[in-house]
Amino acid sequence: MTLGKFWAWSTFALCLTFFIVPLLGMTEFSLRMRRGVYSFDAYASVLNDPQFWQTFSYSIVLSLFTILLGSLIVVPTAYWVRLKLPKLRPLVEFITLLPLVIPSIVIVFGYIRMYNTSSFLPLLGTSLGTDVLLTCGYVIIALPFMYRAVDTGLRAIDIATLTEAAQSLGASWFTIIARVILPNVLVAVLSGAFITFAIVIGEYVLAALLDRPAFGPYLVWSGSNKAYEPSALAVISFAITWGALGLIQLVSRFNKHTKAQH
Amino acid sequence: MAYLDITGLQKSFGANRVVKDFNLTIAKGEFVSLLGPSGCGKTTVLRMIAGFETPSAGAIRIEGQDMVALRPNQRNVGMVFQAYALFPNLTVAQNVGFGLKIAGVSVKETADRVADMLALIGLPEKGTSFPFQLSGGQQQRVALARALAVRPRVLLLDEPLSALDAKIRVSLRAEIRAIQQRLGITTIFVTHDQEEALSMSDRVVVMNGGIADQIGTPFQIYNRPATRFVAGFVGSLNVFEAVVQDPDTGVVTLGATTVALNQPLPRPKGAPIGIAMRPEAAQLGRVAGHDIVLQGRISEVHFMGSVIRIKAEVAGSTILLDTFNRGNTPPPLIGDQAEISMSANDFIVLSG
Repeated sequence: MTLGKFWAWSTFALCLTFFIVPLLGMTEFSLRMRRGVYSFDAYASVLNDPQFWQTFSYSIVLSLFTILLGSLIVVPTAYWVRLKLPKLRPLVEFITLLPLVIPSIVIVFGYIRMYNTSSFLPLLGTSLGTDVLLTCGYVIIALPFMYRAVDTGLRAIDIATLTEAAQSLGASWFTIIARVILPNVLVAVLSGAFITFAIVIGEYVLAALLDRPAFGPYLVWSGSNKAYEPSALAVISFAITWGALGLIQLVSRFNKHTKAQH
Repeated sequence: MAYLDITGLQKSFGANRVVKDFNLTIAKGEFVSLLGPSGCGKTTVLRMIAGFETPSAGAIRIEGQDMVALRPNQRNVGMVFQAYALFPNLTVAQNVGFGLKIAGVSVKETADRVADMLALIGLPEKGTSFPFQLSGGQQQRVALARALAVRPRVLLLDEPLSALDAKIRVSLRAEIRAIQQRLGITTIFVTHDQEEALSMSDRVVVMNGGIADQIGTPFQIYNRPATRFVAGFVGSLNVFEAVVQDPDTGVVTLGATTVALNQPLPRPKGAPIGIAMRPEAAQLGRVAGHDIVLQGRISEVHFMGSVIRIKAEVAGSTILLDTFNRGNTPPPLIGDQAEISMSANDFIVLSG
């Protein structure tokens, strides 16, 4: 082993320790609910809690809507900007990065001000309206990741020529986006979707301040009221997030037509 | 009436006038090449016909119908691109059937026509392959089949062979021409490769600086170039600066030699005039019918197989000559003195 390699591996090991040790500690703690022996009691307790399932399924449904709405906004926008407005790309990229700089608490206070029950559009007056707002908020939070994923996907294909080829074969704009562009950036959209999913599952601020029964607030509530269950929940959340990231890898690997492009 | 009629076509990008007053009429079933260096506006003309660019002025009519107001997807004009542009997520058969599906052709008829097209391009067994599994030449043939499947009124080919390697390029150009003739489809082919343009086309349009410098058959373009640009761009050429002695009978002096060109000249007596000659019109040694004989010294010999390309110094200028290789006559050696003969009838008078 050369000296360079030695340092590279040492740094890697150090970072790994930095991330792994707290995780191991947490996992170990989550197994100690029963005195003296390791057990899955904490996990059983979590999984038997109806609130876990309610909040979890609520967040899953909202994340699906977020992914749908986000894709519907991002794919045509990114496509159009690349095709027709390349000069606007820096501006659009800047806009899509704003959610990373503006805290979600600002967004939620904006919502509460704009859509309260005495406003012109009292969305916050009903549960459904609040869910719609929450979904919109999630779309905004996930925008930087979704946009980047899709934009990278678009860069990999020659959208200008593909568009012209489809046009010369009689395709309308809708057909071009639905049948030519979307299928070719599907892997990118799915990557964006899994990141969105991971974000929505763990999001706290929006859901808590809009008072919706989402998984994020449940995690926090459980953390302040129970001892071992929060650790078990954290391990479960990690598993879900990592599962989502793993799925990104999987779809890009099993994509049959984008590999070995000339 | 012409099948495709382009009149007064212009296109500017900002202050840059890319196409200036382009006129062309094409008969049904004709194969016309737009030939020119990059930036001459040939691709822009093609893209205006396809509808991807809007003309700044002028009209494009197919069978009398104005095309300019129509969107690209309403024109029924097939296009083949340099970069193939096959849809990577679709199989070969799905690519070929794409336009038919959009046109609402029934599944059965689509399948039949796709099979016909794949047979036409000689890839009947590749229907289920994806584009990335094909070679460049195969991909371009599929792109051709895809463009032809919808039976377009006009087929546009935008440098379709440029991305392929030399051998495939030659075989595919013969194939494209054969398919075009079999289907009788009106075709416009854009290229910067003169060999492609000359070998494939019924007529060639040589473009320079946004206008058509000359429109003619490959034979006319090569043997009677109308402008100095066409003469220089198509084929190699020996250019001589001569002085007009008698404009009516076409007598000029070329250095110390007097040459009768046997054609009226557009310049007055005493004016300089450019005359040119193809390398294959000059020959080593005296040849019957060649009335001009010059003494020269061989300076370069390139043996290229069927042709031997020779450079000779004649009275201070260089002459290029191409002779066929003959098995019983070895090529001359560098430094040899040689007689070079040519016929006055082979001179091309350059105007413009």
